[in-house]
Amino acid sequence: MALVTFNIWRGSSEGGEFQRYQTEISEGMVVLDAVHQIQAEHANDLAVRWNCKAGKCGSCSAEVNGHPKLMCMTRMSDIPQDKDVRIEPMKSFPVIKDLVTDVSWNYRVKQRIKKFKPRPPDDEDGTWRMAQDDIDRVQEFRKCIECFLCQDVCHVLREHSLHDKFLGPRHLVYTAALEMHPLDVEDRLEDLKKTENIGFCNITKCCTTVCPENITITDNAIIPLKERVADRFYDPLIRFFRLFKRGRS
Amino acid sequence: MEPSNILFEKRGFGQTSRQDLWWVRPGLIFLALSSFIVYATWAAFQGEHYAYGAYLSPFYSPEIFGSSPHSWFGPKPGWWPLFLPFSPALLILWAPGGMRFTCYYYRGAYYKSFWADPPSCAVSEPRKKYWGENSFPLIMQNIHRYFLYLAILFVFILAYDAWKALWFIDPVSGNETFGLGVGSLVLATNAVLLGGYTFGCHSFRHLVGGFKNQLSKSPIKKTAYNCASCLNRRHMNWAWFSLFWVAFSDFYVRMCSMGIFMDWRIF
Repeated sequence: MALVTFNIWRGSSEGGEFQRYQTEISEGMVVLDAVHQIQAEHANDLAVRWNCKAGKCGSCSAEVNGHPKLMCMTRMSDIPQDKDVRIEPMKSFPVIKDLVTDVSWNYRVKQRIKKFKPRPPDDEDGTWRMAQDDIDRVQEFRKCIECFLCQDVCHVLREHSLHDKFLGPRHLVYTAALEMHPLDVEDRLEDLKKTENIGFCNITKCCTTVCPENITITDNAIIPLKERVADRFYDPLIRFFRLFKRGRS
Repeated sequence: MEPSNILFEKRGFGQTSRQDLWWVRPGLIFLALSSFIVYATWAAFQGEHYAYGAYLSPFYSPEIFGSSPHSWFGPKPGWWPLFLPFSPALLILWAPGGMRFTCYYYRGAYYKSFWADPPSCAVSEPRKKYWGENSFPLIMQNIHRYFLYLAILFVFILAYDAWKALWFIDPVSGNETFGLGVGSLVLATNAVLLGGYTFGCHSFRHLVGGFKNQLSKSPIKKTAYNCASCLNRRHMNWAWFSLFWVAFSDFYVRMCSMGIFMDWRIF
């Protein structure tokens, strides 16, 4: 058992400040346990969003000592306890209260991404055939739990607040899952370049670093999408060969 | 209405709640890349001591025009403007330099280390305005695949150099004999590392198969994509090892040529 001091941001959309709390930390505790303990012992009105406590619902996203993390998956034993542990809400989204932020912008962005559009069925019974290898590639993206930690750490949103121009890594992963799907025939490349501005991503890989599901966001989703956009808009050679190919067929 | 976080107003450059040594990594990358740029620029402008017997410095390969026996088309051309300094390296180094400058890994690294955009993850930046790679000049990074095409050519040329570095002229008979020197190993390692870096490139991975959604229908593309993906998983390591080794290869050949190192013939 150790007495640990926490600095937790308390406030609302009107403003707020950090408040110090001390609580006993026992073996096996995660940050969310400590926050719940503080809530029970010192601050009954402390707002924190949580649900599964198993790293699968993506609710308890916050910043622990400046690192975007799921509080339920951050062990107290992995944090230096000789100094105050600083917990604050995600910075890319407006605060509702204390550690709870309004992430609804993400749902609005998701709605404007063109939906899955499969090719006509392969068989008369209305079914399709897919190779496991082809679907494995996009399966990684389906692991996303929408915790929005990648959106939080993305400096385009966090630092430059370009929410109205850039969709962020979470939605690039979502787009990649659709765009690379072996059945999908929808074209999202023009949107990616012109309205969602994939070019704002300067591939610093912060999103990959914070992903609790270890999705290789930058290398497997964003860069392949950037390459597809380059094929379409920036590579005259590829465009020339495509014309030739079309001419032959 | 789009989010605007009124609680956390823009903070000054380098401000963060992070308590770890976040500045160490970008600082080390800054030092390493700066050191390489300084050394490569110095070596490129030397124009001498770049060849030693069968060995040719990778900074000077291919030697299109030059004074060493490795030159493809003879010495410095007569049409070369007098006011321009001449070195065989200056004719070719722009290609591998462009490959690295536009490489996805290096871009992410130097945006952080040299331009603080951001200095590190979740650390405040010095500038308010941001264009990213969405407009000029950084939109030009999309040229990366063209540098890749050239880099692939260079890998084969450097592999050929490594092969040639196994053939030594016998000082007595004047005949070419097969052998192995430390320099042969240095140049062979260089070709392998540059190959690992080039064939694990994100653009290469895309062009050999990544652009397709149904790779299983093209077994050759699928195999190429899987191989490129395998190398790509360690792209950062390939990038750094190959960068260090290409500079070391030049250094080794230079030291041998200057008589400071004695190249040890293993057989």
